[in-house]
Amino acid sequence: MSQTKTWDEFMEGIWRQNPVFVMVLGMCPTLAVTVSAVNALSMGVATTFVLICSCALVSLTRSFTPKEVRIAVYIVIIATFVTAVDYAIQAVSLALYDALGAFIQLIVVNCIILGRAEAHAAKHPPLPAMINAAGMGVGFTVGLLALGTVREILGAGALFGVPLFGAGFQPWVVMVLPPGGFFVLGAWLLLFAALERRKQRKLAEVATNV
Amino acid sequence: MSESAFQIFINALLANNFVLAMFLGLCPFLGVSGKLDTAFPMGVATTFVMLVASLCAYGLNLLLTYFGLEFLRLISYIVIIASAVQLVEMVLKKYSPTLFRALGIYLPLITTNCAVLGVALFQTAREYDFIQSMTFSFGGGAGFTLALVLMASVRERLTLSDVPSVAQGTALSLMLAGILSLAFMGFAGLGG
Repeated sequence: MSQTKTWDEFMEGIWRQNPVFVMVLGMCPTLAVTVSAVNALSMGVATTFVLICSCALVSLTRSFTPKEVRIAVYIVIIATFVTAVDYAIQAVSLALYDALGAFIQLIVVNCIILGRAEAHAAKHPPLPAMINAAGMGVGFTVGLLALGTVREILGAGALFGVPLFGAGFQPWVVMVLPPGGFFVLGAWLLLFAALERRKQRKLAEVATNV
Repeated sequence: MSESAFQIFINALLANNFVLAMFLGLCPFLGVSGKLDTAFPMGVATTFVMLVASLCAYGLNLLLTYFGLEFLRLISYIVIIASAVQLVEMVLKKYSPTLFRALGIYLPLITTNCAVLGVALFQTAREYDFIQSMTFSFGGGAGFTLALVLMASVRERLTLSDVPSVAQGTALSLMLAGILSLAFMGFAGLGG
């Protein structure tokens, strides 16, 4: 496999098929844990780890997994890694474990992972599958951070726990409450739709001028 | 646990609505809420799966705790939920083929609906007893149905109104969900 193709494979998940902004998958953890940038980052890293490991294992076992029970096999594989991550986070930082709550275990039902296993890992050898999974994972993390930072800055006036504004800052509390998650993600999608539209219009202008 | 069954029900239904306050089950919420005709059955099917899953998870948790196998909890829950969904699918296919076709891909996707696994996990984490677990899952399911029906009704109206074309699609749905969620925050504290 050539260098550029590997890079393409990796970048696909980050930009062209970003799981959060383009495919709108894995919404539940995206909105629930992004009240602060730290939470968003750790959730992203945990999901990426599960994604890479599960895709590798799914890809390794793809030749002898019976087609009829493949979904069940994938779920069990994913659940195994999630259990490991769950215990790991509990051991490393109890505060983080409490903040993320049940959403660590709910990584099992994150559609991104099952989607990747079914759509990519089951048809490709381990290495490309892992690269693709890593791209998706990073893309997911970027998406989470995009939400987490905006919500933390607006809702708490801080970034990664560091206060940004002076004591006179009046926090926009609704941003860290549930409605804020919907609003911020909606705003990001609006922005991307507007940018896409502008690009299309520019391309159309160029086409008519020629 | 001192929470009464009624408090748990109201909490799960309104104050801590699964979709709008706890962000569980957003995929079907955004996916199936286009039409009222499919939104309601979907909610009922999910509620049924939640009840079955909650019942099985309760028994299973007793068993796993007895044998000291708590680390198998997640895996066994998900297997149980998958079987429950399979059951609902077979029943629906036999008794209402039209509905079965209308729900399409979203029916098997109930397996990966975090609301269902969420019920099982939360009832374990909060150490609910049997009655509490059942009311919790029923309240959660009813809340999910309520959110889905509300959303579908609003979106049906919206198809007739003039929305800027940039905002159409998911962005609009998310903004709507945000407003609904804001409204549901008014219920905070109701469950005591």
